[in-house]
Amino acid sequence: MTFRVGDRVRVSDRAHEGHHRTPGYLKGRSGRVELVHGEFTNPETRAYGGDGLPEEALYQVVFARDELWPGAADRTYVDLFEHWLEAA
Amino acid sequence: MSDHDHDHDHDHDHDHDHDHDHDHDHDHDHDHPHEPIAGAESAIATRARALEELLVEKGVVQREDVRRNVDWLVSRSPADGARLVAHAWVDPDFKERLLADARAAALELGLDPGPSPVVVAVENTEQVHHMVVCTLCSCYPRALLGPPPDWYKSLPYRSRAVSDPRGILDEFGVELEDGVELRVLDSTADIRYLVLPRRPPETDGLGEDELAALVTRDSMIGVAQPA
Repeated sequence: MTFRVGDRVRVSDRAHEGHHRTPGYLKGRSGRVELVHGEFTNPETRAYGGDGLPEEALYQVVFARDELWPGAADRTYVDLFEHWLEAA
Repeated sequence: MSDHDHDHDHDHDHDHDHDHDHDHDHDHDHDHPHEPIAGAESAIATRARALEELLVEKGVVQREDVRRNVDWLVSRSPADGARLVAHAWVDPDFKERLLADARAAALELGLDPGPSPVVVAVENTEQVHHMVVCTLCSCYPRALLGPPPDWYKSLPYRSRAVSDPRGILDEFGVELEDGVELRVLDSTADIRYLVLPRRPPETDGLGEDELAALVTRDSMIGVAQPA
């Protein structure tokens, strides 16, 4: 696991062909690691019949309203896989 | 998905007289115990049915597995989640365990927490209100709450829960007091989220079963207060 609770991270702003679990509204947005859930199989390969290995670290990342929309929640919590996160 | 999507699906003349070869058993002559269900079918139900047909035909899934999974899903109900909540309301030590590991807490009460490896319960308090969405599809703690309501799967809820959650709460009739922090949980991966709502006032004399009866499905999604 690269990141720890409290680390600032940015969601990678890249396109991805095919199934992935990183919502478009978060790409390029910065947040903070709130929880480290552990390691989980990768849905991007599992969706196509693969075994999802190697497992990827999964983090809960919290985003403040001003990173999203004026009407967003005070904090928005999203679970994101490590390969979508960059140090910020 | 409607209750009638599976097993007794297609019409009488579904004999698949394709001219291509099938190298597997291609018997669609199911034993239907009744006449086909009449009535309009939603587009999504038609798509689900077509997908199931193909997957069964190609041997990817067994019809029996689909039926068993649907049976399991529709047998789940928010009553299980409500038991968790009511027990947490009356037992502070259990509440701590629930908030630390909801999966283990469910097992402790003899409830089925489902296949998700991690279930997280979040507590609504006087200071903080949580609500849950899955912006990408319909991830939901089905084992503890049963099938999600249709609105939970709708595009308007999924998009507005992150862009305009206070507007949604307003439409559901939830008024947050000034200064209450609103937190939205977007379940995008393997984790399932369950809201532990606030215990209603003046319920000190109620037993656990009576308390559980106050806990609604929507209050455990975070778009309602217990009645």
